[in-house]
Amino acid sequence: MSDINSRGYANADALVSTDWVAKHGNDDGVRIVESNEDPLLYPSGHIPGAVEIDWAADLNDQLRRDYLDRDGFASLMSSKGISNDTTVVLYGDRSNWWACYALWIFQLFGHTNAKIMDGGRLKWEAEGRELTREAPNVAAASYNAPERDDSVVRAFRDDVLTHIGISGQMIDVRSPEEYSGERLHMPDFPNEGALRGGHIPGAANVPWATAANEDGTFKDASALRDIYEGNAGLDSDDDVIVYCRIGERSSHTWFVLTNLLGYGNVKNYDGSWTEWGNSVGVPIEK
Amino acid sequence: MLEELDGLDRVERAQYLLELSDEFSEVPEVIATRPFPENRRVPKCESEAFVWAQDQDDGTLKFHYAVENPLGISARAMGVILDETLSGQPVDQVASVPPDIVHRIFGRQLSMGKGEGLAAMVEYSTYEARRRLQSR
Repeated sequence: MSDINSRGYANADALVSTDWVAKHGNDDGVRIVESNEDPLLYPSGHIPGAVEIDWAADLNDQLRRDYLDRDGFASLMSSKGISNDTTVVLYGDRSNWWACYALWIFQLFGHTNAKIMDGGRLKWEAEGRELTREAPNVAAASYNAPERDDSVVRAFRDDVLTHIGISGQMIDVRSPEEYSGERLHMPDFPNEGALRGGHIPGAANVPWATAANEDGTFKDASALRDIYEGNAGLDSDDDVIVYCRIGERSSHTWFVLTNLLGYGNVKNYDGSWTEWGNSVGVPIEK
Repeated sequence: MLEELDGLDRVERAQYLLELSDEFSEVPEVIATRPFPENRRVPKCESEAFVWAQDQDDGTLKFHYAVENPLGISARAMGVILDETLSGQPVDQVASVPPDIVHRIFGRQLSMGKGEGLAAMVEYSTYEARRRLQSR
């Protein structure tokens, strides 16, 4: 894949390469953070110096379906050696789904100095770079978190209903089978399942993976515009809501639209299909 | 094993499972060689796991696994657990193991995608036991 700065991204600074991490990962003021779906990946070997943030145990409230609050975020950042001015570089498995999810949650607390390592863990490993099982010795940092602000990049169910009413643009990033309602997830896992299949009326289906190359890196801006503007009909001035099943895959697309294509008003509906497909009375299309 | 896992916190559990994953030994060549037949592939498992059930003289089964995805660390741990706990056990007991046991093993915070794949490994293994029961 070409150099990040040559790909035409609106905010190329939001991405760093594996080379950059190899050179600067242990610089003062930089904290590398791994965030995965597989809970065994980080302890099996991680980038030297990297800390782990777990999407479920660290970022989610453990009682309500919601994210951690101001105190929780400040405590988490402190424990990971992250201060307000730390440059956080996130990477992980599954083409950086969970890294993008974590980065999106960082935005809720105004920590905008956060980046994604292009290609994620897969690319780092494929390049034969060093991994260690040694836990980093991280000194607690001081972190002053603001109150969580859900108004800018997060959408709730009522926001989606309003968005439907004005025929706003929506992107369903799930697979075509989920979008069509053909597939509902396994009945053994009702915690993330849904009673109804289909998609939110008016949503276009652009599976998240269309934005990624085989090696997990992001496609260049021209290819991304073809996908989201040429095929899906978006415009950079649009108000856009993205969703998937629980908001992790759509975080990937949120990152693409916001940082790589420069869209100014994209919200991630993290309630996503697990909320919508279980909600009484909301409209559904198949 | 389940009781031992119940007493572990998230980090301890991950370490325990990782150590199991390190013990993974792939299906022996006398049972299968690459390319592995598609009918042994675990559906819905993105770790590209394969399952074999070898009939033993005493009527029990010996389970073998392969995991082709190099990132399939949880799947390798699952293979070790299934081999250690199901091989040599009465087939009717193997047949009744529920697939959602993966949440007790890996924790309730296991994502659905990961949980589906691991549960499918259980399902495929117990299916082999059910198949033997039906043919007896």
